[in-house]
Amino acid sequence: MSDHASPVRGAYLTRGSAAVLAVAAVGILIYLTRMFLGLEKVTNLDNQWPWGIWIAVDVATGVALAAGGFTSAALVYIFGHRRYHPLIRPALLTAMLGYTFVVIGLLADLGRWYNVWHPMLPSMWQGNSVLFEVGICVMIYLCVLYIEFVPIVVERFKGRVALRGASQGLNRTIEKLLHAADATLSRFMFIFIIAGVVLSCLHQSSLGTLMLIAPTKMSPLWYTPVMPALFLLSAIAVGFPMIIFESLLASRSFRLPPEMNLLAGLGRIVTFTLGIYAVAKIVDLTVREAWPWAFAGGTQAVMFWIEMLGGVLLPLVLFALPRVRRDPRGLFAAATLTVLGVALNRINVFLVAYRPPFAGPTYFPSVFEILLTAGLIATLVLVYRAIVMIFPVIAAPHGAGASVHVGESGRPHSQAQAR
Amino acid sequence: MSMDRRDFLKFAAAGSTALAIGGSLTAEADASATALDSPRNDAFGVLMDTTFCVGCRKCEWGCNQANEVPKVDKAVFEDKSILTSHRRPDAVAYTVVNQVTAPPETEQPVFVKIQCMHCNRPACVSACIVGALRKQPEGPVTYDAWKCIGCRYCMVACPFQIPGYEYTRALQPRVMKCGFCAERTMKEGRKPGCVENCPNEALTFGRRGELRELAHQKIAAAPSRYLNHVYGEYEAGGTSWMYLAGIDFVRADLPTLGSHAMPSLTEKIQHGVFKNFVPPLALYGLLGLVMASQRKDDGEGGNDE
Repeated sequence: MSDHASPVRGAYLTRGSAAVLAVAAVGILIYLTRMFLGLEKVTNLDNQWPWGIWIAVDVATGVALAAGGFTSAALVYIFGHRRYHPLIRPALLTAMLGYTFVVIGLLADLGRWYNVWHPMLPSMWQGNSVLFEVGICVMIYLCVLYIEFVPIVVERFKGRVALRGASQGLNRTIEKLLHAADATLSRFMFIFIIAGVVLSCLHQSSLGTLMLIAPTKMSPLWYTPVMPALFLLSAIAVGFPMIIFESLLASRSFRLPPEMNLLAGLGRIVTFTLGIYAVAKIVDLTVREAWPWAFAGGTQAVMFWIEMLGGVLLPLVLFALPRVRRDPRGLFAAATLTVLGVALNRINVFLVAYRPPFAGPTYFPSVFEILLTAGLIATLVLVYRAIVMIFPVIAAPHGAGASVHVGESGRPHSQAQAR
Repeated sequence: MSMDRRDFLKFAAAGSTALAIGGSLTAEADASATALDSPRNDAFGVLMDTTFCVGCRKCEWGCNQANEVPKVDKAVFEDKSILTSHRRPDAVAYTVVNQVTAPPETEQPVFVKIQCMHCNRPACVSACIVGALRKQPEGPVTYDAWKCIGCRYCMVACPFQIPGYEYTRALQPRVMKCGFCAERTMKEGRKPGCVENCPNEALTFGRRGELRELAHQKIAAAPSRYLNHVYGEYEAGGTSWMYLAGIDFVRADLPTLGSHAMPSLTEKIQHGVFKNFVPPLALYGLLGLVMASQRKDDGEGGNDE
């Protein structure tokens, strides 16, 4: 199988990535402002609206869109669809960076961010708290993701450690460590792969349990006791579309031929996963007799229909059509709609569905909140770009040769490849 | 093609998780409902008889004196013009008094004091990721800022929308809510600051069980004066603070709530999904089996990653 990954070659800094860098820089400035001058200075949060887009987007959507990691691991390693193996590493990297940035984004939202480690202390464990479970699962899963990434680092440096000067003497020790890590990890990696899938099922669903503690504040369009199941199903449904979305953007950015063969195959599976989610949602709304609220007008109803039609049913139809799946643009459209649909679902659940009883004006994010979120995404894109240029993450599509590189003459056309 | 069988297995795994969640809902459906009213009757509480409140705001001043909030001059509380603006408790005032009706509608204006209700099974306590919020056996729901990470999930959870947050403090913001003057009520059995300053018997401090009896006696003695409803007796699983009124409680800025404690569903799901860690381990085992069977199919040994 010629799915061997290698570092992408080419210039890191292009006009496109410079623009992304500017967005990241603004975001980092706001981040620092928030960390040292407080929430009041940059957010529109108040006592009625304690959660804003940093929770709905940076955390909840971030976790959902990192689902490509566990869904692809399950597909390839557990369910044995080995031909999709070339997609594993980019998905793993996305998940690893996605969760890392979930934590970075969460820190910005926490009033006492320096206490973020408190849930680890047994004296503060709180087994009744849904958030506690989410926190612990995300923490462990993040470690699992980093462990899963170790072989990629080992592969990059094994047999090539050549430090110079004073640290020269360490070369042999480091080589030994790399070999030991390689041997140990390849034997026990299956433990972490299964753990990653189980941990993902747990916290993806538990994110959907969070808002169930506020039944009187939630719109019946989203409030349902099976919300954890819907969150898990939607995470599974968005995993492959996220991989497709990202793979197509990356191949465009790095001027590589798209992996259409594999991506179209994933698209076929999405027809099932997204279909199940769509059916579950419709059955749930019907059983709870919640449809009247969908026709009641107002922001909530409008947002509901955008989510259902544009983010669930339309992409489902697109994925179901073989003609669309085989066309890069069609596939990209279907994947993007699914990604936006699940993102909108998280925003709807955490912000739009939430209606506190004694509220003043409805929360809308401040410019700074939006710029910080954009800055985090931009930073993630830049780190992703750096890592795929340093480490063997992206594999050349079949027939394109073992080595991935941008033509000597051609500057990589750099579109932001998003998360 | 083996694809369909594999897909089926995948869905089966996802489905079993969904079933585990669903099953846990029904299995323990009524675990909490039975324990609804039994606890905390010997805990401290306060009964507010809104028909005796004249809106003097002396309780607000007493509260300001008793707590770690920015001190406000007593004269400020003599301003009665803000009574009609439906204020809410916030980071600088743990309690506020609002005038909710005016004379043409009711014989006398009706005033309601709003503060933390000190629920029997508080949503904020269940939500808190580090146990910074605690329901004390003596009644108060207390807050430990040292533990708090500032996630504000308690504020999302509270059905009465009580906790405020010190958004303006850069590094050490606190969740701000009435703590029932826990230091003095719990240790010395003394009245909280607001009750101590009430000149008109609108606020009665005592054991919750006794206050319930008192409330029902008052209703029985003057059925025309009161609605036959002690707010807080059953609301959200029962609260330490309770209210009597002659008008509908919705009008009095007190939300309509059922008798289920707010955390009953989330705790059921959590404890169902993690029951003796069986569901996660079962899922782990199931996935392991699938993985092993696939390896045999492929005839491949070690992991290639």
